[in-house]
Amino acid sequence: MPSPAAAAARIVRFPLAATLLALLVSGCGVNNIPSYEEQAKAKWSEVQNQYQRRADLIPNLVETVRGYARQEREVLEAVTNARARATAIQVTPELVNDPEAFKRFQEAQAQLSGALGRLLAVAERYPDLKSNQNFLALQAQLEGTENRIAVARRDYIEAVRTYNTELRTFPGVIWASTLYRSQKSMETFTVAEDARRPPQVKF
Amino acid sequence: MFQGRGVAAALLAFFLLVVGAIGQTLTFPALTGRVVDDAGILDAGTRATLTEKLAALETKTSDQLVVATVKSLQGTSVEDYGNRLFREWKLGQGAKNNGVLLLVAPTDRKVRIEVGYGLEGTLPDAVSKLIIENGIIPRFRVNDFVGGITRGVDDVIQVLTGDAEEWKRRAAQRPENKSVLLGSLAVWLVIAAILLIIWVVTTYHQPPLAPTRRGRRESNWWAPAGGTWSSGSGSGGFSDGGFSGGGFSDGGFSGGGGSSGGGGASGSW
Repeated sequence: MPSPAAAAARIVRFPLAATLLALLVSGCGVNNIPSYEEQAKAKWSEVQNQYQRRADLIPNLVETVRGYARQEREVLEAVTNARARATAIQVTPELVNDPEAFKRFQEAQAQLSGALGRLLAVAERYPDLKSNQNFLALQAQLEGTENRIAVARRDYIEAVRTYNTELRTFPGVIWASTLYRSQKSMETFTVAEDARRPPQVKF
Repeated sequence: MFQGRGVAAALLAFFLLVVGAIGQTLTFPALTGRVVDDAGILDAGTRATLTEKLAALETKTSDQLVVATVKSLQGTSVEDYGNRLFREWKLGQGAKNNGVLLLVAPTDRKVRIEVGYGLEGTLPDAVSKLIIENGIIPRFRVNDFVGGITRGVDDVIQVLTGDAEEWKRRAAQRPENKSVLLGSLAVWLVIAAILLIIWVVTTYHQPPLAPTRRGRRESNWWAPAGGTWSSGSGSGGFSDGGFSGGGFSDGGFSGGGGSSGGGGASGSW
């Protein structure tokens, strides 16, 4: 039968040890992998958000251009189709862990960017359209959205880099191979497309 | 196999290093005040006048508007430089992200209004574009930098201090927006009318025999409710509310910890 003092000491000692261990472990970055992953996911939803915003602007833009440049059917259809393809892709949370799906997503968005760039270039040839207030506002919004996409992508690339690095470097690699074995590295945008400038619009 | 992977990893590491280096080669001027004239295109008098206006704006709305002129964009786009500079300076109050940066790069002939997350609704891209195209660019074209920047600052302040309606109209939002606005106005009117009827009914249709205490209290309860309602719907829109106090000392000026996601507009001349 242990003395009451010893029992009390043991009661105190256990939580103390647990706290110390917890501190030691969190100091080793046991929380880094999940928290970096959450950060990267948050940045990813911002990317998606901005792409969605762009997709939402397009029908209006297409209608406005059609009103002045009906004969540019080919360019208008290209934009509409590219938008349809881009929005048809199911964006699931697993997309960022699946290289193939991520590549498809990125390519569809790149095609839409290209089609939009051509549409805005065509619009330059129509003075009436260029001075249309509605078109100017849409153009400014589109330009702003393209820039937000660029910023969101940059932030996402940075967050994924931090997360992926943590998975592969010491001490994160210890946790990745023990506690977080199901964690997969995340896909990121290739720089080639990132270097693409937003379509420049001259008033 | 293993060796190939090692080489790939080394390449990746090198690549990341290079990318990181590119990100770091941009240098930014120090945030010495509300007007940072690194390009040296403003005279002392203008700087003082602008600083005064910008300080007054912050006292009034807590929005941080900062004017920066730079010698060079260092090879990147004005959008990229503007966003990075904004984040470097952390403009706007941390919780509200209500900073705005007016960036002028005279040698690159580029100008940008970078808007913090929190002000994207008050100062939308189309309005920023309008300010740049109508207020700033025409003056820059005739080398009137003082006039262009002053006008740009005045316009942004005008929008931020609540005269946004006029600007929104001029930004020529989609025509449907007007009907939506009218529609919501009609809804408010209907609600106001219903409240008025309830108020009238409860006030004047007291049981004529017994104006009990309870009845009176009820009518008292309705009257102020109606009052709060109308004032609430009146000031709802775009006012920035009575927010006071930026969080810094009188001595120096510093960003409040805000960030920007690339909102705003740019132009060139």
